[in-house]
Amino acid sequence: MNKYLESVRVMLGGDPRKAEPAEYTEEAKVIHFYKKNQKEDFEALKLEAREHQKKRYWLKRRWTVLLSINLLFTVSFWFDVQILEGALTASRLLGFHLIDLNSALQVMLAHKHIIVNLFIGTGTVFVLWLLLGGRTFCSWVCPYHFLAENAERLHVYLVEKKKISDHAFHRGVRSVFWVLFAAMAWVTGYTVFESISPTGIVSRALIYGPGLALGWVTLLLLFEIFYSRRAWCRYVCPIGLTYGFVGVFSPVHVTYKLANCHHEGECRKVCEVPHVLECVIKGRAPSAKLDIGSDCTRCGMCIDVCPSGALSFEISGLRKIM
Amino acid sequence: MSDDKPKAGNPLVNRRKLEARRKFLRSIVLGAAVMGISSVGYIPVARAWNVRMRPPGALEEPDFLSSCIKCGQCVQVCPVQAIKLDDIEQGYGVGVPYIDSRTQACDFSCDAVQCILACPTGALVYHKPAFMPSRSEMRLPAPPILLAKEKSPEPTLNLKERSGLAVLLRPEKCLARQGKGFKGMARGPSFKGKMRFMEVDRWKPIPLRDHPFELELCDLCVRTCPIKGAISMESVVENGVTIKTPVVHEACLGCGVCEMVCPPDLPAIVVEARKGWSV
Repeated sequence: MNKYLESVRVMLGGDPRKAEPAEYTEEAKVIHFYKKNQKEDFEALKLEAREHQKKRYWLKRRWTVLLSINLLFTVSFWFDVQILEGALTASRLLGFHLIDLNSALQVMLAHKHIIVNLFIGTGTVFVLWLLLGGRTFCSWVCPYHFLAENAERLHVYLVEKKKISDHAFHRGVRSVFWVLFAAMAWVTGYTVFESISPTGIVSRALIYGPGLALGWVTLLLLFEIFYSRRAWCRYVCPIGLTYGFVGVFSPVHVTYKLANCHHEGECRKVCEVPHVLECVIKGRAPSAKLDIGSDCTRCGMCIDVCPSGALSFEISGLRKIM
Repeated sequence: MSDDKPKAGNPLVNRRKLEARRKFLRSIVLGAAVMGISSVGYIPVARAWNVRMRPPGALEEPDFLSSCIKCGQCVQVCPVQAIKLDDIEQGYGVGVPYIDSRTQACDFSCDAVQCILACPTGALVYHKPAFMPSRSEMRLPAPPILLAKEKSPEPTLNLKERSGLAVLLRPEKCLARQGKGFKGMARGPSFKGKMRFMEVDRWKPIPLRDHPFELELCDLCVRTCPIKGAISMESVVENGVTIKTPVVHEACLGCGVCEMVCPPDLPAIVVEARKGWSV
């Protein structure tokens, strides 16, 4: 099946498909065969690989970017430097309109008119995230993601201590939410999703000061800590799905190299969307090199934890040019 | 739900099936819960708990709520910080801008209604689009003349409609009607509201408390009004006695400066949001 279609199907909630025997490339078959039949002990190799691992390489970079962008909004307003005005829903970078795609969609559906400024602003943002990887927005910009991934550490700790257990939902529910929120905006004429979106709420709280709305965000975080891991980002947020669509054809993605993989599964443990990493399971990858699907937020956590460099960021086409 | 035990038979298959069924049911509950929570936001809007004064040039309320993207760019450009964003108790109005005139009115000290210029979605507009007209009583009889730039070649504000109307709500509180003067800071020393006074600084608004008044007869609402011909002090005969009273005219935009400066604890004059002109 076409890899883009498959990527969208999985993003919408479908289970990742196991490749048919015929789909395996010769190269992949050779690697799988070699891995299966080699009885050598890999421990020494694994330990050596871990020695050379860069700790939290992408995490540091990502948090720096995320916090800088959000603080730039705050600083621009508080010190009136006018670099980045507005909030994440809509802003102006040195005068250029930037408008969040999902917010723009909600507004257009509720308002039932296409506004020229809105069109220009979404155009810039569309191109930006098309180039940078769609859901890159989630992990590199969204302030709620930052709160949620720290809450997630607490959740994982509590699960390890067997204090609580994680409750998964069907991933398809996010696609249903996307349609429902769009329908609600159209039918009621209000931007319903915006009123509960923690992305908008946290972004505005950082810029214009905290309010009661942060209580809702706190409830969401508590739900994620004690009941369901990363529930909002995984199962609800339509912003993620909107940007996911933008990222389908994006050149920036995480790439998997079968030959380097020790199949330890560390990457899937830290991943927000582990269904995109099914290919790292032993025997699953149909080719020696695979691009991770569009639901991936390009957060780089898997790259950070992989001790053997099987995962890395790649920009398609760049290698050809260079 | 979580107490269910797998049935006898093939335990592994049953457990897997059961987990899938639980996941499905749980997802339905999640869907219903999120939809329920997001519907709650409709209540404050439907019941109009607070009739908010919106920034100048706002579309009519339902259109305004649907077109506002809640970014606060209007907040950022206002030189007197008159515009604030609503909190979640306003339901679907969360993050939507409003003006509380008593705390800080819009005095048009930006000269050009910059909030409209800043709005990326056309929720605030200079000219209402033809397909989204405002009520006829909201339309201004003539382009409003801003007293601050009365002598410039283009003295008008680019506004076609009012956002509300000043009303003498509590005439018994009005100092002018009681024949009283006013001396001192209009709203006392602790009031933080700002205003532009042309004689002090053309561009920089100053705190109202830094500009004390000494008036034989209180006419603060009239002398601070930024719009030409919006309000005047008139003599009227009531119960056989001639008294002075402020009278609001059709040029009033509903900017709220009169409400902000009115000295009594409860202002005699207030602006009513979204109120149109009627004879």
